Amino acid sequence: MRDGVVVKGVQFQGHRIMGGILELACRYRDESADELVFYDITASPEGRSVDRSWITRVAAELDIPFCVAGGIRSARAAEEVLAAGADKISVNTPALENPSLIDDLARRFGSQCVVVGIDSRAADEGYQVYMNTGDPGRMSKAPRQTLDWVSEVQSRGAGEIVLNCMNNDGVRQGYDLEQLESVRAICQVPLIASGGAGCQEHFFDVFSRARVDGALAASVFHSGNIRLPDLKQYLKDNNVQVRL
Amino acid sequence: MKVAVVDSGGANIGSVMFALQRLGVRGELTREHGTIRAADRVILPGVGAAADAMARLGEFELDKLIPTLTQPVLGICLGMQLLFEHSAEGDVDCMGVFAGQVEQMQAHAGLSIPHMGWNTISPVRDLPLLEGAAGQYFYFVHGFSVRTSRDVAATCDYGEAFVSVAVKENFCATQFHPERSAAAGARMLSNFLEVKM
Repeated sequence: MRDGVVVKGVQFQGHRIMGGILELACRYRDESADELVFYDITASPEGRSVDRSWITRVAAELDIPFCVAGGIRSARAAEEVLAAGADKISVNTPALENPSLIDDLARRFGSQCVVVGIDSRAADEGYQVYMNTGDPGRMSKAPRQTLDWVSEVQSRGAGEIVLNCMNNDGVRQGYDLEQLESVRAICQVPLIASGGAGCQEHFFDVFSRARVDGALAASVFHSGNIRLPDLKQYLKDNNVQVRL
Repeated sequence: MKVAVVDSGGANIGSVMFALQRLGVRGELTREHGTIRAADRVILPGVGAAADAMARLGEFELDKLIPTLTQPVLGICLGMQLLFEHSAEGDVDCMGVFAGQVEQMQAHAGLSIPHMGWNTISPVRDLPLLEGAAGQYFYFVHGFSVRTSRDVAATCDYGEAFVSVAVKENFCATQFHPERSAAAGARMLSNFLEVKM
């Protein structure tokens, strides 16, 4: 989300408006989404906290869990987001700038509502974490390799990891199964795959091969290319356990 | 109908209030003993860590009040765990309404801890609260659980069985979040508001 509407880019650039926040939230609720994640992608690069006025409106309508990410830099900010009705908070750039934030949030709210988002890109030297990815002009390498960071955030109390595979983001060629498998091998907390879903088979692949706990996608749902009820029926028919 | 939602601070208060609103009931968020005692229904919500939450309840002597309530009371998630005898999360004594201990969940092959996501429940008692609940998916988010209790009303399987619903006299509690469990959760909240316990 940016400036009150839902946007989507390709490999974190060239964002286009996809629709209103509430309108899309209700559509996905009615289509039996299991969880929604709201990323305020402008929050971290601009050094401000997430705008919370919409959280309460979303919370009033949704009867499924939702997670809010974007510039949550303190336990106080997290408490406001949770009190507004969010079920989980997700931290990304602020956790890289101040890793002890994860410990603080886990101690105060419990690991189960502390999600760490990791934007990771495959490179010759291995998987590399990036920060401030919401703004192409400010995006930079973080001082962490992905696998090291995955281990560290778990020991600090992260209750869930969303791995955004940047090479695959928005290009609809499938999830980065190789990277996800590497992370899965060292990830004991729930792992959510993000970046690259283009067709139903990609979802089957990521559940069966990378053994992730959840698969996150944006473009294919926003565009209507994949309808959630069809996807869930397809997965169920292929013996992936889903709630219809 | 007056529904008091106990304000335990830092909890998932918004989502519970909105779930009540969707059912056409206005919840009142409160720490006032008089308001809580006079309500037709009392809900104890919870996100957070057990030791912190018990300390906050203790600050307002709510830990003394809650076990003495006589109207139907519903604990949700951490709110359920606080109604058991003791929690290993911060090694803290809880309110002891239900018999049993809250313990850290053990990792089983291929299953991530905490237990986060949708899972089905299996009623072990035939109760109005559980009407329509058998085999339905509910939303769970927790790293601690109660393995056995004589007050168990439904179980859930996540590598091993644990208590997903506890009921004793006028007290009931769910380890999952009915306010975030789509139609199945709304049905259970509605059962709680309607049934005589």
